[in-house]
Amino acid sequence: MKILVCISHVPDTTTKVKFVDGDTKLDTTGIQWVINPWDELSLTRALELKDDPSTGVKSVTVAHVGGAGSEPTIRKALAIGADDAIRVNAEPADAYFVAAQLAEVAKKEQFDIIMCGIESSDYNGSTVGGMLAEFLNIPSVSAVSSLKIENGQAVIVREIDGGKETLTVPVPFVAIVQKGIAKEPRIAAMRGIMMARTKPIKLYEPIAIEPLTEYVKFELPKPRAACKFVDPENPKQLIELLQNETKLI
Amino acid sequence: MSVLVYTENWDGKFKKLSFELVSYASKIAEMTGTSVTTVTIGDMADDELKTLGRYGAEKVICIKNDNLSVLDNRNYATVLAQVAQSEGSKVIIVANNNRGKAIAPMLSVKLKAAIGAGVSQLPLSINPFTVYKRTFSGSSFAHVVLKTDVKIITLAQNSFDIIESNRDVKIEKIDVQIDVPKTQVKDVQKQTGKLLLTDAEIVVSGGRGMKSPDNWGPLVELADLLGAATACSRPVSDEGWRPHEEHTGQTGKIIAPNLYITVGISGATQHIAGVSGSKYIVAINNDKSAPIFEVAQYGLVGDAQKVLPKLVEAVKEIKGK
Ligand SMILES: Cc1cc2nc3c(=O)[nH]c(=O)nc-3n(C[C@H](O)[C@H](O)[C@H](O)COP(=O)(O)OP(=O)(O)OC[C@H]3O[C@@H](n4cnc5c(N)ncnc54)[C@H](O)[C@@H]3O)c2cc1C
Repeated sequence: MKILVCISHVPDTTTKVKFVDGDTKLDTTGIQWVINPWDELSLTRALELKDDPSTGVKSVTVAHVGGAGSEPTIRKALAIGADDAIRVNAEPADAYFVAAQLAEVAKKEQFDIIMCGIESSDYNGSTVGGMLAEFLNIPSVSAVSSLKIENGQAVIVREIDGGKETLTVPVPFVAIVQKGIAKEPRIAAMRGIMMARTKPIKLYEPIAIEPLTEYVKFELPKPRAACKFVDPENPKQLIELLQNETKLI
Repeated sequence: MSVLVYTENWDGKFKKLSFELVSYASKIAEMTGTSVTTVTIGDMADDELKTLGRYGAEKVICIKNDNLSVLDNRNYATVLAQVAQSEGSKVIIVANNNRGKAIAPMLSVKLKAAIGAGVSQLPLSINPFTVYKRTFSGSSFAHVVLKTDVKIITLAQNSFDIIESNRDVKIEKIDVQIDVPKTQVKDVQKQTGKLLLTDAEIVVSGGRGMKSPDNWGPLVELADLLGAATACSRPVSDEGWRPHEEHTGQTGKIIAPNLYITVGISGATQHIAGVSGSKYIVAINNDKSAPIFEVAQYGLVGDAQKVLPKLVEAVKEIKGK
């Protein structure tokens, strides 16, 4: 079995974002780039499955759509333990564009399980995984919090609104993963970092795809009203304030 | 034409979220000079279907087919695409919840329709069709132009107020041709009798400052008295002090209640990422320099264990209990 993990390259989650060019573009000065937190967990789970011989998982490949500037993120994924990587050499114009590029890669390379994170922490789309599955005409399962392989069969737990479902689905499929898929992200050890240097990153040129959306402007959230402090000796005052001012109690 | 809304139902019933979606759709129908059609999947009574007219739906399509009894993302997307095409819908609205997120991207590819994902307001303009959505996990918002003829919006829960606009509804019950689902559900575990975190208008949330899993009693009591759901920060669920479903934040649930009361939560960026859509945030924390006070509108600097019982008393007094 072959697993593909799709990774997105995003600003570190503590970044205070700023915009340039008349608020049309992210100001990338000083930004630390990381693997999208969900994708890091998804890679971790893929590697755990590969570590267990009973699953029959033979290889874990990572794929990323991005310019040469994102190679360090790919190397990081290789250092964590992916066997090889694919980079589609294009700026990720929008989710549709990215999914279409990943679909081309997946068609050529043939994977059994494709894993995507439930959202990318930059544009918060939650759409690439589902689009990718549809481009490939294969099933997708979303909000996956557990993925096991038992007797060659994928057994999945997904979160539904108000509960959980355990299900099976035939390969190939796309698993769109969320909290629970792995406990802690695996981190790269020294040996992994050394080995990553020589692992292959296959380069694909993009296919021609028109993005369907255009980000025309960014803005920061409106400032919130300043905090009103209540007397710690008199917590009742807090309840009164909430009752009178928010009318929610 | 028509604006199409996918209204999920829970064992044959709609809930507030369904009414938010229909209210939102009727506003868009008004802006674009058309009407609202809804589509729901499952076995539903006419009386329940009719309630959608109260929020502006003119046509309610109800589809029943055994192959749709489990959520198979592709089957659902196929059915919705068929309805959208036969209705000639140019705008399709779904909830940005687990189910909506599962279906919308497939629908987007089927119809080659741009998605505005996690939208929290009415479109800023119709021509070009520009939506307003959260980006960088709530630390910014973007104006996004959906460039295709057909557009899909996934609407954030609790971001749009219900508007009543009574309409006569036409109910249409139809069957469809659909394949046996590839997704085979073996077991369902439903959270019963408990207010869902994503549905709650008030949420009381505890962090590491609660010190121990044994201290949750008064927090839960406060939540019960307020008709609130309970939540927690990530370390709390990681430690197993509280169930995983309660974890809010970047890597947990993203919620937007009217009132979010935090107790012993420091207010890390990743926590705030999941709750910044809350109308009011309350912070109870013993460290007055904790970043949570920067995003809170009401604050109390004090020890959680001392404050909580007093809050419980105060609420009991108000509620006359
Ligand atoms: C990639 C990534 C994703 C993450 N995702 C999430 C996420 O989704 N959700 C999330 O919550 N975190 C997330 N985190 C973790 C986040 O960075 C913080 O570590 C976490 O939110 C802190 O939880 P806390 O506020 O409960 O604990 P702490 O930061 O330890 O804060 C505890 C607070 O309680 C106060 N306190 C202590 N004793 C008392 C007392 N007796 N009475 C009152 N107050 C007291 C302290 O002053 C302190 O402010 C993520 C981190 C990373 C790197």
